[in-house]
Amino acid sequence: MSRIYELMAAELPDKVRSQEVSAEEHLHSILERIDRVDEKIHAYVTIAREEAIARAREIDKKARRGEKLGLLAGVVVAVKDNICTKGIRTTCSSRMLENFVPPYDATVIERLKTSDAIIIGKTNMDEFAMGSTTETSYFGATRNPWDLDKVPGGSSGGSAAAVIAEEATAALGSDTGGSIRCPASYCSDVGLKPTYGLVSRYGLISYANSLEQIGPITRTVRDCALLLSVISGHDSRDSTSVKIPREDYLKYLISDVKGLRIGLPREFFGEGVEEDAKEPVLEAVGKLEEFGASCCEISIPAMKYALPAYYIIAMSEASSNLARYDGLRYGYRDENDEGNFDEVFSRNRRIGFGAEVRRRIILGTYALSAGYFEQYYLKALKIRTLIRRDFERAFKDVDVIIGPTMPLLPFNIGERIDDPLKLYMCDILTVPANLTGYPALSVPSGFRKGLPVGMQIIGKPFDEGTLLRVAYTFEQNTKYHKYRPPL
Amino acid sequence: MGGSRRIPVEEIRHIAELAHIELTKEEEIVFTEQFNRILEYFSMIDEADTENVPLTYHVLDLVNVYREDEVHESMKRDEPLRNASKKEGRFFKSPRIV
Repeated sequence: MSRIYELMAAELPDKVRSQEVSAEEHLHSILERIDRVDEKIHAYVTIAREEAIARAREIDKKARRGEKLGLLAGVVVAVKDNICTKGIRTTCSSRMLENFVPPYDATVIERLKTSDAIIIGKTNMDEFAMGSTTETSYFGATRNPWDLDKVPGGSSGGSAAAVIAEEATAALGSDTGGSIRCPASYCSDVGLKPTYGLVSRYGLISYANSLEQIGPITRTVRDCALLLSVISGHDSRDSTSVKIPREDYLKYLISDVKGLRIGLPREFFGEGVEEDAKEPVLEAVGKLEEFGASCCEISIPAMKYALPAYYIIAMSEASSNLARYDGLRYGYRDENDEGNFDEVFSRNRRIGFGAEVRRRIILGTYALSAGYFEQYYLKALKIRTLIRRDFERAFKDVDVIIGPTMPLLPFNIGERIDDPLKLYMCDILTVPANLTGYPALSVPSGFRKGLPVGMQIIGKPFDEGTLLRVAYTFEQNTKYHKYRPPL
Repeated sequence: MGGSRRIPVEEIRHIAELAHIELTKEEEIVFTEQFNRILEYFSMIDEADTENVPLTYHVLDLVNVYREDEVHESMKRDEPLRNASKKEGRFFKSPRIV
């Protein structure tokens, strides 16, 4: 077997256990793949070669001794660079954290390690997860493996590109307003934003803490379920982590949607959503109907306010969460210490943060400032309630809500980056799941003009099982998950 | 409401100061222009009827999450200092305060 880097996360552990494939040879196959293609794609910020090889050897040693191996034995995982990894620098793709080496592991990293996964490296992202294209990275843009002139989506663009380019078996991303689902859609991956509170955020560098979740990015629904089973579950170090029993999500992988009720919100197929983004999703829904699901049109009237409300809340939270970066205990500290504390602090932040991060911090500060607090921030929080009510009402009659993940096909690098507002508009279909906290998954549903189109499935809180079942049914009866970019 | 009011560059300068972010002269101009466009777009939420609608700060109905106050092993002293670019002995070195 010459191309063992193609193995799925669900296939590899048994082969490592039985010593049919060693974790080390598999890892080397992936490292060679990275050496061959990452120059073109730039999915990685840091590759932890030595650490990964040492881990692989330990796992192989365990296998030889016949010791029990974890669920992800030998699986090579790429981690978005805003998730803390002990001893491996974690930059948020920002100059501010260019040399930051965390002294601890995020909870999700601890869980991956306990399951005998191998952390291969840290993936590129929009700076501090603020963007939908992975162009705002201090280290330069990531390219879409399907067309190197196009954006891979963002902000977890490095993770999504690495997975479909087979530079990793699976990856972790984080999703604040679509940052897992958007690049999953643009790169033809499966990407899941879990219900808020299902996965611990301990060790995730905060951008907008009431909106974001860590989730898996994989090539198949089975791998998604497997990773979710490992990373989910209560963690006392994250006070917003919910106390529910841990689940084995693999049990939901049943190819059957008989009796499933699908809601298609008119707002997800209306103005501002391109035909090329809609058609494959409607065809996919037709397929699910063939297998026994039923469909009805629904409406989320408050959707028209979702995007501004989302940005006001996200920016406000960002202005508070990013106030900690003063360059004193860690982070960028300019040589020039001239002036008082405020002046030094403000200079470190001008040089350490890129334009989009500064824009969002300043706008968030504005929305929280006296005189505007009520008009922007409190109003946005009330709209959040309206959106939640619309979704609660819709879910009385349907089991899942389906629409496109993105309103347009992947576009050219550089095409939208100079117009922040135009860029924000790309998030219109993904932000509702963050405002409501509901789980949402993007699954490959076809191609237009040679570019991938993702179908977004939104579910009831903590009903990841149904999302996985629907995605699995579609996947098992189509071929889209088998296509790979020509690299 | 505030939708049509243009925010002058002085106000952006003041907010940036509150946010502890230095701006160059050119940035002040570009940001002011961009902020006015963005805030004009945001002001569309003015029209939403939110009379008597409660606030959603958080999607989970969690209040006061407690845990046992147990002592865990803490990091060694030099560990947290490792990422500081300026330090002296076992202290972080701050710029002058006033």
